[in-house]
This record gives sequence, C-alpha cells and structure tokens, in this order.
Amino acid sequence: MKKSYQSFGDNSINDMRQVTYRNLTTRLLFLGLLFLLTFSTSLFSQDADPVKGKALFNVNCAACHSLDKKITGPPLRGVEAKLSDEQGLDRDWIYAWVRNSPAVLKSGDTYANKIFEEFNGTAMTPMPQLSDEDIDNILAYTATEKVIPPTPDLGTIGATQSVEGGISNEIILGALAILFMLLAIGLYLVNKTLRRFAVAHAVEIPVVEKSTPLWQAFVKNQFLLLVTAIFFLLTSGYFAFGYMMQIGVDQGYQPVQPIHFSHKIHAGDNKIDCKYCHSSARVSKTSGIPSLNVCMNCHKSIYEYNGETTAEYNKEFYDSEIKKLYAAVGWDDDEQQYTGETQPVKWTRIHNLPDFVYYNHSQHVTVAGLECQICHGPVEEMEEVYQYSPLTMNWCLECHKKTNIKTEGNAYYTKIHEELSKKYDLDKFTVRDNGGLECGKCHY
Amino acid sequence: MKSLIKILVVVIMISLFSSCKKDSRPNYQFMPNMYEPVGYETYGEYEVFPDEQSAMLPAEGTIARGYSLFDYENTNEDYERAKLELKSPLDSTQINLIKGKELYNIYCGICHGTKGNGQGNLVKREKILGIPSYDDVGRAITEGSIYHTIYYGKNAMGSYVNQLNEEERWQVVSYVLNLKADLEK
Repeated sequence: MKKSYQSFGDNSINDMRQVTYRNLTTRLLFLGLLFLLTFSTSLFSQDADPVKGKALFNVNCAACHSLDKKITGPPLRGVEAKLSDEQGLDRDWIYAWVRNSPAVLKSGDTYANKIFEEFNGTAMTPMPQLSDEDIDNILAYTATEKVIPPTPDLGTIGATQSVEGGISNEIILGALAILFMLLAIGLYLVNKTLRRFAVAHAVEIPVVEKSTPLWQAFVKNQFLLLVTAIFFLLTSGYFAFGYMMQIGVDQGYQPVQPIHFSHKIHAGDNKIDCKYCHSSARVSKTSGIPSLNVCMNCHKSIYEYNGETTAEYNKEFYDSEIKKLYAAVGWDDDEQQYTGETQPVKWTRIHNLPDFVYYNHSQHVTVAGLECQICHGPVEEMEEVYQYSPLTMNWCLECHKKTNIKTEGNAYYTKIHEELSKKYDLDKFTVRDNGGLECGKCHY
Repeated sequence: MKSLIKILVVVIMISLFSSCKKDSRPNYQFMPNMYEPVGYETYGEYEVFPDEQSAMLPAEGTIARGYSLFDYENTNEDYERAKLELKSPLDSTQINLIKGKELYNIYCGICHGTKGNGQGNLVKREKILGIPSYDDVGRAITEGSIYHTIYYGKNAMGSYVNQLNEEERWQVVSYVLNLKADLEK
C-alpha cells in the first residue's frame, strides 16, 4: 500500500511537469481505483468464506437483520467497514457484541447504548455458540458487494411478444379472408361463363316453379300445429323451471376484493394451513376474516413478492397489493414501525347462507374434522376465491346422508353408538342416523 | 329480410337475458327479506358502530369469559422475568400433546418446522429467514419465555394471542418443550 502511495506521488509530480491537466485526473482516478482495490482485498484476505457466512447469516442473523433493509435490527451490508470508519470500532468489539450484547451494554459502551436506544431497546440475542471463524465468515458475507440483478424489462418483453402473436394471427386471418374472396370471385366468374355458354349453345335453363309457401302448409295442418304447441310449452316450461331453480343460488360468485389476496400463493405455494388465518373456524360459528395483525405476522418480514408471475399478475402487481395491506394496517415499512393510522379493509363476503339457516364452522371443522376443501373446493388453487358449492339445502342433505360420523376415540359417542347400532342394526353411523336430516337442527 | 330482423331480435333478447347473470355480483333472490338477516352479522357494516364495523374490541377494562390477566409486560425485563418465574398451570394429566401438536403444526410449524429445528416451509422457500432452532444455546428458552413470546411476539415474530386461547397456548408450550427435549437428545 505504501508503495502505491509513493508511486502515486512520484507520478503525479512527473505528470504535472510533462503532460496536460486532463491526463492527470484520469491517472489520479485510475490510481485511486487501484488503491481502493488493494485496500478492499487486503481487508478480507484472511480465509473467511462468504458462502459459509451466508448460511450462518440466514440461520442466526436474518430473523432481525437484512443486508440492505432496516428490519428489527439495522442493515448489515458493509457493517465492519462502517463501524471502523465511523465509530472506530474494530473486529474485537464485534466479537464481544455478537456473543454477549447485554454485557457490552452494561459496560457502558457509548455506541452500543446509542444503537440500543435507536432500536427502541430491542435487545440482540446473545450468540455464544458462534466462534471467531464463524463471525469472520458472516462478516465476509456482509462485506460482499450488492449484486444488482439484471432487470429484464418485463413490460416491453410481454408487449413485443403479444404484438408478435397479434401480427402472426392477423396475417393468417388476412390470408384466409383473401383466399375466400378469391374463391367467391372464381365461383361467380365460372357461373357467369357457364350461363354465357348456355345462351350461346341454346341450352334451356330450367326455371324453378313457385310452390305454396311452407308456413301456409304448416298452418293448414292442424295436427302439426298441436304437436308444435305442446313442444314449445314443454321446452319453455323446462327452461323456466331451470331458471327459477338457480335463483338465490350463488355458485360461482366471485366478487372483486379490495386487496387481491391470492389463496393460491398462501395456501397453495406456501402451504400455510387454512386455520392459521381462519383460526376462529376451529372454535366458533364463523370461519373468521383474519384481522390484519395476522397478515403482519409474516408480512412484517415479507415486503415483496418473489414467486412465479404471469403477464397479468406480475411482481409489481403483487408488491402494490402488499403496499395496500401496509396502508390499511398503518405500517411504515421504511421506519419499521406502526403509524397508528389504520383503516378497515372492506372485504366482500362470498359465502352467504340465508338468515333462516343455522350453520356452525366449529361443528364441522373441529368436531367432524372435515377438510375445508370439502365445501369450499380447491381454494389452494384459486387466485381469486369463488363460491365452489351451491350451498343449497339439497347439497347439505346429500352430504349428511352419506357421511359417517367418526365415533372412534370420541367418548360422547361410545355409549350412543352402541345403543343405536343395536337398536337399528347398523354398522355405519351416518349424520342422518344422528338426526342430521331433522328440520330443527338447522332451522329454528 | 324480415326473417333476418326476427332472428336478430331473438339473438339480442337471449344475449340480454344471459348477460343479467354475472359472477362478480350475487344472484337474484326470491324474497330478500327472508334471506337477509335482521340482526347484526359478525363482520357486518352498520351505522350504529364506531367505524361502522360490528367487529369490535372488548370494552376496555373487561376480561372475556375464559380469559385471565397476564402479569407480564411486553418488555425485555418482563421477558427475562417470565423466563425465570412463569410456570405452566397445566399439570401432567392436563397436558395433551396430540392437541399441542395439532395447534403447533398449524400456527408454528410453518416457520419453526414440524421438528422445531427452524426449518419450516416458509424458511425452506426462503420467504422468512433466521428462524432459530429450539435448542439454540443463546436463547435457552424455558416454558415462561415460550409463553411470553407466544403472547407478545418477539423481534420479527408476531403475537399469537388472538389465534390461541390461554389453555391452547400452554398446550403449545408443552409441545415446544417436548420438541426441544427431542432436539437436545
């Protein structure tokens, strides 16, 4: 390093004498770069392994620290250089802090107490299990330069592709249209020539005689009229019945929700249990719309979407939906704290039972142990949820007739099941046998 | 020409009828006053409530049936205090590890892993990182600290107090201790 300084000095003096000012600056810049490079390599020339460091970082640090973003703790990219430059703290300080931060705090270290206050007194968990080498590896990882991923411009790619597709489709359609026009013209020409030939060779063209119109013959035939009338009455009755039967049935209902919450990503890709969010389905009548703090259990850490995307649902789209959540719950993602300004999210309820029906989720989820999908369909595949089942009375009863009650291991049923199976000579015990078809069970 | 007009009229009428049904809005009802509830629905929007929401917090200073007070604050000192003092009210006959496991797998396993080693599905998919294993030496969790963490959350972890009731929380604590013992073997 000393040498480079020396040469820098010598060169600059020489350059001053010999060449122009502009050349000097470029040389200066080049030497500065050289200087920086030698400096940065010399810092991490020990055998620290950033790959091992990454694994250790993900296990031990990433709960509270990100490389570039302030989360529970400060961002850690280039932390060692930053500490030594700004605070004059060396690696030994980092060792002590990582292994036992409360002790460093108690020793009255100014910087430690300052950062502790800055993060609202969140104590860093002591990591006595990390060796010097482990911490060196982690520091090597935090010292890696930020890799800016080459961002392929999704918008333009999608646009050009669709334009290309459009062009090829239009070309095909246009070609077909021209072909048909040519055919039509050809036929017309052939017809014309043939007629001319017929006239030239004195061939008679037969003239079609006009018979009685079809509808007059139809009106005169009484029997046919009767049959047609009956046919029309029956078909219209059939369609009227079909139309009236679907009134009040909302199967397929798929309203647009205020936040595009994808059940496919949450329940499908990430396999989060339904009851994680709809926790009251276990214990109460309603399945429960999760309050936003449940969202924030994960979305405090997950502030962007990194899964697979389509042209319609791209990363920007999903990221903006997460922003909507932050706005509603009043979370300042940059400062990592709640602002206190909240607003309710007006979800649209999809599954509505009429007021004269009683339905209880806990009875079906906890007592019967049914999968949610039996009634709600493949929600884990739905980008936007729709009503899968008709929710008609017949649909309820069909299931009650064929579903067996799980009596094993249920103390309540041991006695009842024995008595009933004796009385009615039944092996299986369906919901119907337990009174599941009685009106008063659901209508009262 | 006349028949063409008639066909057109029929087509237009059919398309008008079919366009009445749309999936983005609910279907017609025979007698809406039989279907629509008179009482307040669970998540309904009514003018009488503050913010027009029927979903409200319990009145301040009240405790719902089946709930009890928790003497520990959401601070580091009280976390340390809970770690030392707080003990499970469940005795050995009340501990139900099957129920604890079921609840654990729903609420905790997604991040902490079904074995408690910090390798849940969200960690494997690199959505959430840095979930410690339960046998982590630096944390040295106890039943009191586990309960405090479930109650208030810690660092990036949120509170689970509205998803689990008091008894369920202690069942989960028992199961977590069980997992910790398995990991330390």
